[in-house]
Amino acid sequence: MVEWTEQERGIITSIFSSLDYEDIGPKALCRCLIVYPWTQRYFGAFGNLYNAEAIKSNPNIAAHGVTVLHGLDRAVKNMDNIKATYAELSVLHSEKLHVDPDNFKLLSDCLTIVIAAKLGNGFTPETQAAWQKFLAVVVSALGRQYH
Amino acid sequence: MTSLTAKDKDAVRTFWAKVSGKAEDIGADALARMLAVYPQTKTYFAHWKDQSPTSPSARKHGITVMTGVADAVTKIDDLKGGLLSLSELHAFTLRVDPANFKILSHNILVVMAIMFPTDFTPEVHVAMDKFLAALALALAEKYR
Repeated sequence: MVEWTEQERGIITSIFSSLDYEDIGPKALCRCLIVYPWTQRYFGAFGNLYNAEAIKSNPNIAAHGVTVLHGLDRAVKNMDNIKATYAELSVLHSEKLHVDPDNFKLLSDCLTIVIAAKLGNGFTPETQAAWQKFLAVVVSALGRQYH
Repeated sequence: MTSLTAKDKDAVRTFWAKVSGKAEDIGADALARMLAVYPQTKTYFAHWKDQSPTSPSARKHGITVMTGVADAVTKIDDLKGGLLSLSELHAFTLRVDPANFKILSHNILVVMAIMFPTDFTPEVHVAMDKFLAALALALAEKYR
């Protein structure tokens, strides 16, 4: 069971309550596809990913970035039970989407960078620790049903 | 992983020229974050009286490390050769597990995103990530 301090809960809920999903979601996913280009393997049906400009202006990628970010909402609402909350999503990523779970960490690192850029000095080391702890739990839960 | 292309090296040199004035602050902040977010890294600093992220020892060490990174930028065409003695230091004296290079690199990138949000584009990010990975590889060269 993951233990959360009151401070950590506060940090996570605060970041999400002021999050602009339409901005951050696309930025995080685009960054992942550009910085770790092999992740593009999962997006063959999304259209032109030929270069960074194409990725950044691809509406399918942008929409998907928003979807993925909203996927974190349930974890925020169920911080004491992320493992169970994501059991189905984990099966989906394994059985249907066939995503290598190592990729979850790559996207999570890009999301961290994008959030850091947005919050600036507000992204203190303590905030970063709580944020990365949260994402690590999510990543672990998403990889749990793989076999 | 992959070696640095001419485009990567250009991107690194250009971005570094923009940010080098803040190298000390970048180093100090990156090291502070490493100690705060990855507490296991504190095991390498048991000899410090004060291991807290904002201690004078931590700041001084962040600056030392970032000075090394700045030097590596000038040696970007031959990191292995240029960082030979630093690699021997890390291999035989410091014996830092190379997994920690990745951790510190991540925190350097986070600080760059915080301090230079508009300049640290995805294109600059990938070049810097590759550079820091190549740097880490050169540092681990003499390990075994």
